[in-house]
Amino acid sequence: MATDTHAAEAVSAPGMPQLDFTNWGNQIFWLLVTLVVIYFVLSRIALPRIAAVLAERQGTITNDIAAAEELKAKAVEAEEAYNKALTDARAEAQRIVAETKAEIQADLDAATAKADAEISAKAAESQKVISDIRAGAVDSIKEVAADTAKDIVAALGGKADAKSVKAAVEARMKG
Amino acid sequence: MASEAHGADEGGLVFHPMDQFELKSVFGDGPIGMFTISNATIWMALAIICVVIMMVLGSSRRAIVPGRAQSIAELAYGFIYKMVEDVAGKDAVKFFPYIMTLFMFIVFANFLGLIPMAFTTTAHFAVTVVLALLVFLTVTAVGFIKNGTKFLALFWVSSAPLALRPVLAVIEIISYFVRPVSHSIRLAGNVMAGHAVIKVFAAFAAALVVKEIPTAVGAIVTPLSILGITALYALEVLVAFIQAYVFAILTCVYLRDALHPSH
Repeated sequence: MATDTHAAEAVSAPGMPQLDFTNWGNQIFWLLVTLVVIYFVLSRIALPRIAAVLAERQGTITNDIAAAEELKAKAVEAEEAYNKALTDARAEAQRIVAETKAEIQADLDAATAKADAEISAKAAESQKVISDIRAGAVDSIKEVAADTAKDIVAALGGKADAKSVKAAVEARMKG
Repeated sequence: MASEAHGADEGGLVFHPMDQFELKSVFGDGPIGMFTISNATIWMALAIICVVIMMVLGSSRRAIVPGRAQSIAELAYGFIYKMVEDVAGKDAVKFFPYIMTLFMFIVFANFLGLIPMAFTTTAHFAVTVVLALLVFLTVTAVGFIKNGTKFLALFWVSSAPLALRPVLAVIEIISYFVRPVSHSIRLAGNVMAGHAVIKVFAAFAAALVVKEIPTAVGAIVTPLSILGITALYALEVLVAFIQAYVFAILTCVYLRDALHPSH
């Protein structure tokens, strides 16, 4: 850049345009204008607008989160209520089952007892009938045996009186 | 500038890395007075238009679910807002529009300056010195208004041994007054250096078509220069953003010192 400095010396102009102080007034004036314009554009229009949008978005997000939290709490509450209802229902069912079981047991016991009593009554009756029949049968046998014996004795040419034949049959049957 | 003619009659490569920073009157050839519409005026106006497009038109739909343009505007808003809040503190939020203004202007001036043939306003000390001085004066005024004479505690390091404190106070005061200098030169210097170096590479890129240079040399120098321009341009894109960010974050740091001067 020797040419530059050489040239600068030759025309006595500064090598750096930045150091040409005659231009500073112009630049400073327009810079201040620029800064003031940008400042007002930003602080009056752009920044409040962006801040409002960001705040609105933040608000929306916060609201949504709060709503979600509320719904979550509600869901938890509903689940608790559901669980409680379920437990209650289960206990109630168990109670009813136990009650019913006891009732049925009682009914069953009563019926069994009644049936037992009936059965034993019937059995006793039958026993009596059977023993009656048995007694009747022995008598019939005795009669038939006596008759048969009398007939046999008569057939053999003997003569037997009924009384002795009966006694003999009875003696035999005992033996 | 006279150097143009001077360089041309050298016959070889033409280096004018600083010509791009020259201020010119847009209408007519007259001298540049304070209110002349210069190329600086035009590129500052373009920066305003870009800020309006990005921040005002971008957010004009006010959508709860943002579109692309609105997302960019919101991103810029959130980026600077968070920076102010984190670095300068919650009570500095009322200076957010001010810092946003500085950041938006610098970032757009830097990026517009990267357009070929553009005039880079932030490469000028006139601009960056005013920006830095505005910050310096604001911060100093805020410091005294908020804290009164307690603001001077910033220079009185109470955690240091008593004997050292006057020495440290001198150093602190010097560093405080150096702030606007470094603040302004950092920005203009970075931007100017990048642009100037790109221009130098651009001059070398002409090596192939300059008669005085052998074609064999030109065939090597020209592609290398173009590669260099490309790489530097990528770096400059990065620098354009980083310098705007650095300027804004330093403003926040200074503001924090003013609001909470105790070490």
